[in-house]
Amino acid sequence: MLLLPIIFFLVFRYWPMINVLLAFKRNNVILPVMEVDWAAAWDVTMFGRDISIPWMANFERAFSHPPFREAVRNTLLFSVLDIAAGFPAPIILALLLNELKFKRFKKITQTISYMPHFLSWIIISGLAIRLFSPTAGTVNNIIYSWFGMSPIPVLTDPNHWVGMVVGLGVWRSVGWNTIIYLAAITAVSPELHEAAEADGASRLQRMWHITLPGIRPVIIILFILAIGGTMGADFERFMALQNNLVRSMSQVLPVYVFEWGLNNLQFSLAAAVGLFQNIINLVLLLGANVVVKRLGGQGLW
Amino acid sequence: MVGRKLKGATIGDWVIVLIMIGIILMCILPVLTVVANSLSDPGAIVRQQVTFIPRLEVLEDGGDRLFPIGARFDAYVDILSDSRFMRSLGWTIILTFIATIFSLVMTVLCAYPLTYDNLKGRGFITVAVIFTMYFQAGWIPTFVLYRDLGLLDNRWVLVLPGFISVFLLIIMRKFFLGIPDSLRESAEIDGAGPFRILARIYLPLSTPVLATVGLMYAVGRWNGFTDALWFLRSAPEWHPIQLVLFNILQGIVPIDPMDPGMAAAPGRSETVQAAAIVVAMVPILCVYPWLQKYFVSGVTLGAVKG
Repeated sequence: MLLLPIIFFLVFRYWPMINVLLAFKRNNVILPVMEVDWAAAWDVTMFGRDISIPWMANFERAFSHPPFREAVRNTLLFSVLDIAAGFPAPIILALLLNELKFKRFKKITQTISYMPHFLSWIIISGLAIRLFSPTAGTVNNIIYSWFGMSPIPVLTDPNHWVGMVVGLGVWRSVGWNTIIYLAAITAVSPELHEAAEADGASRLQRMWHITLPGIRPVIIILFILAIGGTMGADFERFMALQNNLVRSMSQVLPVYVFEWGLNNLQFSLAAAVGLFQNIINLVLLLGANVVVKRLGGQGLW
Repeated sequence: MVGRKLKGATIGDWVIVLIMIGIILMCILPVLTVVANSLSDPGAIVRQQVTFIPRLEVLEDGGDRLFPIGARFDAYVDILSDSRFMRSLGWTIILTFIATIFSLVMTVLCAYPLTYDNLKGRGFITVAVIFTMYFQAGWIPTFVLYRDLGLLDNRWVLVLPGFISVFLLIIMRKFFLGIPDSLRESAEIDGAGPFRILARIYLPLSTPVLATVGLMYAVGRWNGFTDALWFLRSAPEWHPIQLVLFNILQGIVPIDPMDPGMAAAPGRSETVQAAAIVVAMVPILCVYPWLQKYFVSGVTLGAVKG
């Protein structure tokens, strides 16, 4: 019974890992990876000594490639902003939903807040254009006709655009991500709340001292996973929302791999960048896991 | 959680209600905007009169009507008579159906054996499978593999590589593990083999998890376009709806020139784009609220360690 799944994982998940060797080979878009020659060495001066690392020429090229540096900077910037804005948001929303007394209203709110998660980034980019277009977008129509202000260049000014992308990221994920936290909150013992209330604890005090500590393990696990994605970015999100005027900010690593690998046929360079990204993410994930365990928390494993 | 009586509602309760109403509006208004755009007169869009309600243009001479609200369906007629859009829509519906069925079968075939304690190499296989969740080869090595396998510009590239999602596999395996072993043991005593036990005992009890996992595969396939962008470069006839919509929004592919003057009419492309967005978004928005209890339980199942 396991035969088909095993073949699936070997062919579609492990076989490509052999092709990762392309990162250490010369660029060739036609020959099978095994027949391509190895790449040149990377000559670096480290600790005052000249060292030659074999096969690393693609990495040397990437690290000295200005668009690559820009892509790394943008990827890290968006990851930091996403975690800063998008990580606490569902926790706060879940705490508030949990305090909501009107059960039917709570259910309706939840259903509606899950909705953005089911929209593709293409559709969201369409919504964004209709909302923020400087000439006919709803938001700019409103600030023009109600407040007489000039349009805000959300789609075309790089700084505004970054804010919009982060905001849309929160918008899409906040409701969906409350599911896990709400499930964890229901596992917190109601007796603790009753005891605290009997002792005169206010609602905010109970949220802070009982509910939040109760869901701490879940928060930590999701935080480890978030850290493990720092060097990555959602390709579809940036592909859908980018435009030529914001290219300086919209180049993130997966977009770089797509444009330099597929559009410019630099397979080895792009494979090297992809490998770099995946290794950093794996190291960050394992590192965050170790740190959490050292601090006495429950890790992923 | 304490005191659920309505009468005990304090100011704090109403503040929370207000915040929630704000969140509901933030979720709904962007969608309403697009619907309003799709139903408006193109001229009203150019005049910046469209916000959240569809509008027909104010006539120059009869401009005393304050709220010329109305709807026209020209944009939908245009988009639904666009042969490329309709072809892609039909293909995406079939594709989503096929991909979901295949993925469900493969995921069951993988999850069920992994619940057997006495399976040889179970630990190793589990680790090898979960490893692929945290480390992937990357797009270029994958591209090279599909090139060697002849999957480029082949429509099956949208189905085969997505057979098993490790995350959904874990959810399904956890659900199977929750089915009491005693059921399996008694069936084994009666001489039933693993396939019969799967078909007669496990699957009939697994409707909730099959719905959850099936929904997630279907949503992923309906919304996904990265694979088509990478691997179907020269096969636009197999592009799923999201990619066709992407091209329409980017202005790469003009809508079929049903009416030669159409492209020139200001505001017309906006209404047609908005109609295309609505058509691509409606199927999922109609389905997900009814399956809410399934996906909520699925996500919760996937979050528990083990």
